[in-house]
Amino acid sequence: MRLLLGTLLALTIAAGIGLGATWFAITQGTAYGGVTIGAWTAWPRVGTAGIDPYARAMVARSGELPVGSGDGVAFYARGDDAGRPLDGRCDTALEGITPQARYFTVTLYDPEGKLVANAVSRQGFTSQELMRRTDGTFEIMIGPRARPGNWLPTGGIERYLLVLRLYDTPIGLATRSGREAPMPTIAQKACP
Amino acid sequence: MIRLLLWVLGGTLLGGIVHLATVLILPSLATQDAYSRLAPIAPVNAVTPLPPPTAETAAIPFLDPAFAISVCRYDLTEGPIKLSVPVSPAYTSVSFYTRSEVAYYAINDRAAGRRVIELDLMTNEQRGDLPGDEEVTAADRLIVESPTLTGLILIKALAPEAGMLPAARSALAGARCQVQHPQ
Repeated sequence: MRLLLGTLLALTIAAGIGLGATWFAITQGTAYGGVTIGAWTAWPRVGTAGIDPYARAMVARSGELPVGSGDGVAFYARGDDAGRPLDGRCDTALEGITPQARYFTVTLYDPEGKLVANAVSRQGFTSQELMRRTDGTFEIMIGPRARPGNWLPTGGIERYLLVLRLYDTPIGLATRSGREAPMPTIAQKACP
Repeated sequence: MIRLLLWVLGGTLLGGIVHLATVLILPSLATQDAYSRLAPIAPVNAVTPLPPPTAETAAIPFLDPAFAISVCRYDLTEGPIKLSVPVSPAYTSVSFYTRSEVAYYAINDRAAGRRVIELDLMTNEQRGDLPGDEEVTAADRLIVESPTLTGLILIKALAPEAGMLPAARSALAGARCQVQHPQ
């Protein structure tokens, strides 16, 4: 009787800890080898054959195809520079310069990776579309209400994320710091 | 009391094993992974243009809307595959994924250095079967080895401005992905 109870207890704990840890790992994004620069994080290894098992599980679950390392690298931002989660009801400024790349795109997604509906059908910018200042820097205004210049509409959704993809770029596995890869800043300003 | 602690300790250790096992097995059990999502719309060994992603529908999540994207779901059982992709004016890339979405190879137009990206995709075994002299004469052929028999090829052409999307799409319309020597 004691043996049976003990076995049951052990198996319950095993199932709880094991499945709980797996669920946590693949939903909370705990892949190894992330490169974090400011508010942005990239996982260059995810685009190679050396992808780690946790990232493989996350990719299989989400249904996406990671950007291959011979193609480019994708940086994700879920919060601003101060660490506040990106809120589609706020006015947010994305400003600065980007690392060296032949082309880049900035795209706004909902947390599931879907594009966000809006009246002007604008889901992102390519490096060629952006209006820039004379010194080459740019500013994208992200928010629910129309803005002059580079306006990226959020559709007023509560949570969103930004993906900056660099194509044909030296940025990748060997990149460690923001000095090699200057990323634009993200500042959330007016929240209702 | 000690016995109870031992059971708890044993359960925790077993939990660790369960965790590692589920993480490793999960990719092979996933039913909503990219390959499974694309299988109904992409025939085998043919280039299929993906519909542009919108807020309502997208073939797979996190597609870059600035690109025209085509996909080739390959199966090397009948022999190696010949892939040819005419490059678009802006930026073109070809990415290879295994059945479980491991991105094992990707190349862009500049690395390919030609007006048409031409590749032979084969398994390690099929490469071993290549006649020796053929490998010499075809030194300029780019050979990619697939770790798995099936997988996905993602062909992308950038539209640097929204109005250039039709041009990018028509560049990809010339892409071919077919078995070399049907047997």
